Amino acid sequence: MLGEVMPLSGKNRYKILIHGLLILLVLVLAFPVVYALITSTLSFQESYTYPPRLIPGNQFLANAAVAWHRIKLGRLLFNTWLISIVVALAKIILSLLAAFAYTHFKFRGRGLLFPMCMITQMLPLPVRIVPTFQLMASFDWINSYYALTIPFFASTTGILLFRQFFMTVPRDLSDAARVDGAGPMRYFLQILVPVSKTNIAALFVIEFIFMWSQYLWPLIVITTGEMRVVQIGVKMLLASEQIAPEWNVIMAGTVMAMLPPLMILILFRKSFTQGIAMQSQK
Amino acid sequence: MGGKPEACPPHLGPCRPKGEAMQEERFPGYRWLPYLLVAPSIAVIVIFLVVPFVQSVRGSFFISTPFGTKTIYVGLRNYIRLFSSPDYQNSILTTLAFSSFVIIIGLSVSLGIAQLLNQKIRGLGFYQVALIWTYALSPAIAGVIWASMFAPATGLVPYIVSKLSGGYVLNWMTNGRIALLVVVAAATWKMLGYNIVFLLAGLQNVPKALMEAARVDGAGPWKAFWRITFPMLSPTTTFLLFVNMLYAFFQVFGLIDIMTRGGPGNATEILVYKLYRDGFIHLNTGSASAQSFVIFFVISIGAIIQLRVATRKAIYAR
Repeated sequence: MLGEVMPLSGKNRYKILIHGLLILLVLVLAFPVVYALITSTLSFQESYTYPPRLIPGNQFLANAAVAWHRIKLGRLLFNTWLISIVVALAKIILSLLAAFAYTHFKFRGRGLLFPMCMITQMLPLPVRIVPTFQLMASFDWINSYYALTIPFFASTTGILLFRQFFMTVPRDLSDAARVDGAGPMRYFLQILVPVSKTNIAALFVIEFIFMWSQYLWPLIVITTGEMRVVQIGVKMLLASEQIAPEWNVIMAGTVMAMLPPLMILILFRKSFTQGIAMQSQK
Repeated sequence: MGGKPEACPPHLGPCRPKGEAMQEERFPGYRWLPYLLVAPSIAVIVIFLVVPFVQSVRGSFFISTPFGTKTIYVGLRNYIRLFSSPDYQNSILTTLAFSSFVIIIGLSVSLGIAQLLNQKIRGLGFYQVALIWTYALSPAIAGVIWASMFAPATGLVPYIVSKLSGGYVLNWMTNGRIALLVVVAAATWKMLGYNIVFLLAGLQNVPKALMEAARVDGAGPWKAFWRITFPMLSPTTTFLLFVNMLYAFFQVFGLIDIMTRGGPGNATEILVYKLYRDGFIHLNTGSASAQSFVIFFVISIGAIIQLRVATRKAIYAR
């Protein structure tokens, strides 16, 4: 943009400057994770050398194995994968259905959509934490997958996202379906859902990462080692040390705990950025 | 509903007022189906959000005996105790300091980076991913990584500080102010990715023609930014201000729990951490419910401001 007014050589110099700056930023931003990766490959002695060592070692597998056994990491990863996928899918399905109702039908109470979303937005867990916990206890859901999933199922994020998209779907499509004798649910399943796949993927990324990062809720509703999620596992790794923290082991566990959401983001990055861009366009 | 603003929950995107355009009945004659379609969402919201919240407000006027066998109505006593407690006053100030740092530093840095990204350069796709991935990290993970970088005996940062200053021993685990700054740095770093995603999307929606026109009129880049880009971006920034507020108030819980547990002393004990401690460690549910309501009150103010700004038409309406 700026470069266009400058002569060619200046423009090139400007481009090089931009690239240099961006690469520097990328490196600075990545440094903490690179440091964690390096630490995860060192032996205990190497992690305590002074000055701190910045050359990778070859102990990652050994450290990972220690972390794996110490906090039953395999089980925790399984738990976290399970709840993240279940919640993301449930949120997608529930909000697709609700958005379909709000955009394709007239019914009493439709005007309550925005007030409802507004209220939901103002009620994050901490403002209702004690009774929500007591509710779990009264359902006998403490230490269960139910407590880790069902309370998260509604997503006004998703309802508003799909609503906005559904309104841009041409009316001809639903009219044609109706002329062909297709009922609303058939139109929904065979036409509307397939054309929403970019938005579905974007919402999946958002909700998967959201669930993977849950910390406070699992901390209070889960008390047994078997049912924990990886975030709490990392806390356990950190807390299990008495004298000197084994940073190499902690970091090996940390690396394994942060890879899945990163993978999901990179895998779906196109739909994710497109979904967000679409969202802020309107 | 025409003309009413859209309320957006976190991680949705900036909201803009919107007409009723396409919202009409496309399948007439189905009376019960729409209710059936919204029922699951409404049920979850009512059972797990609205009812517990109402109970929480009610609970803030009661205290319970140590084993939860009896509850006693105490009126406003929980609130009076709370606001006269120096611990709680400290927690309010800590939250204010922490969240303003996280929000202001985070948004300014992200805006700068998003500006750099918002141009035609080769490798844009790569840079995008390479700058937004911190979005996929959880606050707890960010916390443990920064804790290791600042670890007193082994961390890289204390080593560098000691080399540069000629022997200063940086120990954030004993120095409250430094602890707060380290926690702020970790929290801000984690949120950069998210902020960049939305700011970049917002910047890309600023019409190129407007920038062109400004340049023809002789406006420099600085002036063009403040007069055109910044106002056009206001729905995005307002939305991000609110999301960052929610983040700095609540979502950083894991980061605080892993890094400092509110310490040293109570230097990093933000409101949500104190709430957790009082409600689930000290089992003082009355006080915890009162604290919940205070937090709700603060968020509502944020939400209302966000809504007000979102409703105001952008200066350059399209």
